[in-house]
Amino acid sequence: MKVEARVLLSLGLFFGIMCAVYWNWSLENAGGVMMFAGMLLCFLPGGYYYWWSRRMKARPEDNPEATQTEGAGVIGSFPGTSIWPFTLGMGAFLCVLALVFGIWFLVPGLGLVVWALFGGTSEGRRGGPH
Amino acid sequence: MTDVLQPPADIPAHDEAHGHDEHHGPTGILKWITTTDHKIIGLSYTVTSVIMMVIGGFFAEIIRAQLATPNGHLVSLAQYNELFTMHGSVMIYLFVGPFAFGALANIIVPIQIGAPDMAFPRLNALSYWLYLTGSITMLSGFFTAGGAANFGWVGYAPLSNSLNTPGSGADLWIGGLLLTGFSAIFTGVNLCATIFYLRAPGMTMFRMPIFTWNLLVTAILILLAFPVLTAGLIMLYADRHFGTHIYSVAGGGVPVLWQHIFWFWGHPEVYILALPFFGMATEIIAVFSRKPVFGYKGMIFATLSIAALSLGVWAHHMFTTGVVLLPFFSIMSLLIAVPTGIKIFNWIGTMWRGQVWFSTAMLMAVGFVVTFLIGGLTGIYLASPPLDFFTHDTYFVVAHFHSVVMALVMGAMGGLYYWGPKITGYLLNERVGKFQFWFLFIGTQVFTLPQYVLGLKGMPRRIAIYPHNPEWKMLNDWSSLGALLIGISTLLFVANIVVSWKKYPAGDNPWDAHTLEWFTTSPPPHHNFYRLPPIRSERPTWDYNHPEHRALGHGSHKNEVAAEVVHKAPHS
Amino acid sequence: MALPLAALALSGCAVPTFGVKPGATTSSKSVYHLWVGFTIGALIIGVFVLLLIAYAVLRYRRKDDSIPRQVQYHLPLEWTYVIIPILIVFGLFAATLVVENKELANPKTDVTIDVNAFQWGWKFTYPGTNAVVVGQTTDAPTMVMPVDTNVHINLTSTDVIHGFYVRAFNFSRYALPGVDNQFTFNAVKTGTFFGQCTQLCGLYHSLMFFNVKVVSKSAYQTWLAQQNNAGAAQAAATVNQQQTNTYVPTKPTSGSGVK
Repeated sequence: MKVEARVLLSLGLFFGIMCAVYWNWSLENAGGVMMFAGMLLCFLPGGYYYWWSRRMKARPEDNPEATQTEGAGVIGSFPGTSIWPFTLGMGAFLCVLALVFGIWFLVPGLGLVVWALFGGTSEGRRGGPH
Repeated sequence: MTDVLQPPADIPAHDEAHGHDEHHGPTGILKWITTTDHKIIGLSYTVTSVIMMVIGGFFAEIIRAQLATPNGHLVSLAQYNELFTMHGSVMIYLFVGPFAFGALANIIVPIQIGAPDMAFPRLNALSYWLYLTGSITMLSGFFTAGGAANFGWVGYAPLSNSLNTPGSGADLWIGGLLLTGFSAIFTGVNLCATIFYLRAPGMTMFRMPIFTWNLLVTAILILLAFPVLTAGLIMLYADRHFGTHIYSVAGGGVPVLWQHIFWFWGHPEVYILALPFFGMATEIIAVFSRKPVFGYKGMIFATLSIAALSLGVWAHHMFTTGVVLLPFFSIMSLLIAVPTGIKIFNWIGTMWRGQVWFSTAMLMAVGFVVTFLIGGLTGIYLASPPLDFFTHDTYFVVAHFHSVVMALVMGAMGGLYYWGPKITGYLLNERVGKFQFWFLFIGTQVFTLPQYVLGLKGMPRRIAIYPHNPEWKMLNDWSSLGALLIGISTLLFVANIVVSWKKYPAGDNPWDAHTLEWFTTSPPPHHNFYRLPPIRSERPTWDYNHPEHRALGHGSHKNEVAAEVVHKAPHS
Repeated sequence: MALPLAALALSGCAVPTFGVKPGATTSSKSVYHLWVGFTIGALIIGVFVLLLIAYAVLRYRRKDDSIPRQVQYHLPLEWTYVIIPILIVFGLFAATLVVENKELANPKTDVTIDVNAFQWGWKFTYPGTNAVVVGQTTDAPTMVMPVDTNVHINLTSTDVIHGFYVRAFNFSRYALPGVDNQFTFNAVKTGTFFGQCTQLCGLYHSLMFFNVKVVSKSAYQTWLAQQNNAGAAQAAATVNQQQTNTYVPTKPTSGSGVK
């Protein structure tokens, strides 16, 4: 996990330096705020990976000498066919159309969104089809 | 010893004939709308984005037909404004972006790193549905009374406020971008998680293929940039409908704030568009030179530098506003040329002393490098404010970004010819492909080169007619001819798909390619791999097939072959 | 690398212009030289890289199925093409700064013109006088200014963003609502120069023309006096009209008939 952490942390550091130079030199707030936020966005996962990388033992994909049998077994949960992404997508679509065609579109839109959130979450808890 | 990845316990091996409900799963339309398989989702993205390319291309042909005469009457002034707005919007938001990080990335990244799927398959599917509905939303502006959005693909305030652009076409444009924006953000999350957590054993970060590295950096850029655009769009919508005055002078707002926010997204966006195609070109050039990628770590360093710098150059699109810090943005923009140059030299180094074979994919990749070189060099002019002042908003800029974008299209075509057989199991006809390439390459140069001259002669962009300057007609005609050649190349592409349909079975590795995806079948099975080779370098398939031709070490070990001997696992 | 090239261009030997002209002002000439310098650099680099690509693809065409030597690194070479481009970039930046500082300098000016862009035309006012020139779309207004004089421009817009672009000056600047963009021209040639709006501003963006006419200092004074009188007369007439054409409401309007 060390390389991942270093990639993100160095990007964040670069953004921090760039932000300091830019904001002080230009006194322009929009760019300064956006660059600062970009720095934080890199430090957040980067810091987490760094913290984690010092506490974990090497995963097979971090080990240059790993054999494929080390990766055998269940890797993770990969939900198979599911109607909920489509439902959630259609709900989001209708919600956005509410911006254009009237607030009443939010009724079916939010309805589908909420239904999909419930359905998708419980499908995830159940394990779902593979 | 056999190095075999066992499929997860709850999935039957492919040769178990019956009993599992997967074989009785949904079929037809229901299968499509409930799929979470990254390969099918990626294919959906590919088909949809290529359709968007054709739609955007259709708008382009109308634009070029209108500009073929100084006082063209093919379309009205109002329609023309809609046409170039939607041409740019469709091409950038709905074609190149989704193709880059939604189509080939979705299909190829998991199989390049030995993963069974993306980290969040249902989120992946959601991304596709948001993209599809976002595209429909944006395009449906054409069916409203006021027409589609007409303020340029950049939507500058105050032109895009409710006073200057009333009508729902603009709101549909905003809404469509909200949907596609979230689609991109979710894909960015998925790519990062997949690349960080689902690599196969032995696939360390510095053994990942360059394509995957570029997609990782693209994903990080998406996460940094897209939320900014989404926020800016919400503020624009609020100005239009909720009575806020964020971008309007009258209420104490600042119109140029829109430009800061838009371009803070907009510049990383063009690298989000470009980096995946850089990755594609890298893979193709290496395979068709029969050599490893030259300067692998340099490539990664260059990609990261481009990403880092790209967040600090946005206001080079705003030099003519007079309110931005010119020297800062100038030096940062000039510096971005350096990592791009590193990549170009590495591509040349990959071909150097290789055995270069000109398949269609390789032609497209080399065409990409040449065209990107031209576009990139003209970009350097634009990084110098004095030179930008008189080229900004003229056809010089239009030519610059079309050079670059058409290079990306060549990269996309290369990717389709290269990876198409892996995805579908069938090769495309090479002869038709070569015709397509030459029409595309020559068409691109004939299309763009006259536009550089037109811009220097003073032709502004986004104008429908040029009655005061009829001497611009001839150059415009050449450019329109080039556009026609590009259109023909698109037709040839479609023809190739028809002509080659299920005709030339590909096999696992028709190109003797290097990376992990070529170790599995074409198309890959459910969850991608029956077995995996040992991974000891960034070319696991090549090492497995050509153990005596591993990449040479560097430094003091220059003349030794790298140490490890590979045990060939039984390969049935 | 660009500086010696710029010097070469400045020395006046017969270098092609590469599509740009020295133009009509002092700064347009510097910009032109920068352009030529950049272009010579770009051509050298571009041709060099294209030749490398051409050589690579022709010389190393596939001859047989043998596998070539799998070279993957050459650190000295790689560092070379990192360092040299960085040096070139700093050279280009230095040249840029020189021209930019000259172009954006704020010398003492004798003439000031307020330029106001609107949908879809231009209005030129000469502060301190009543001179006003205004025109829309193809009825292009002409901004008159004296030669060999520092002319200060205040540029703004009353509605959306427009682009003030004069090709002969190798220059353009946005007219932003709520912002007073200021810059200076010193024209060295007389003549009439075409200008056009370059920033999309709505329906008639394609037709938002203007002219800049540079005249001798005496001709300018004459013209200005003429415009001043015309402007004063115009202003007086407008006031008179306002006094005579007072609005007298007739019937109160009811809401009937409008649904």
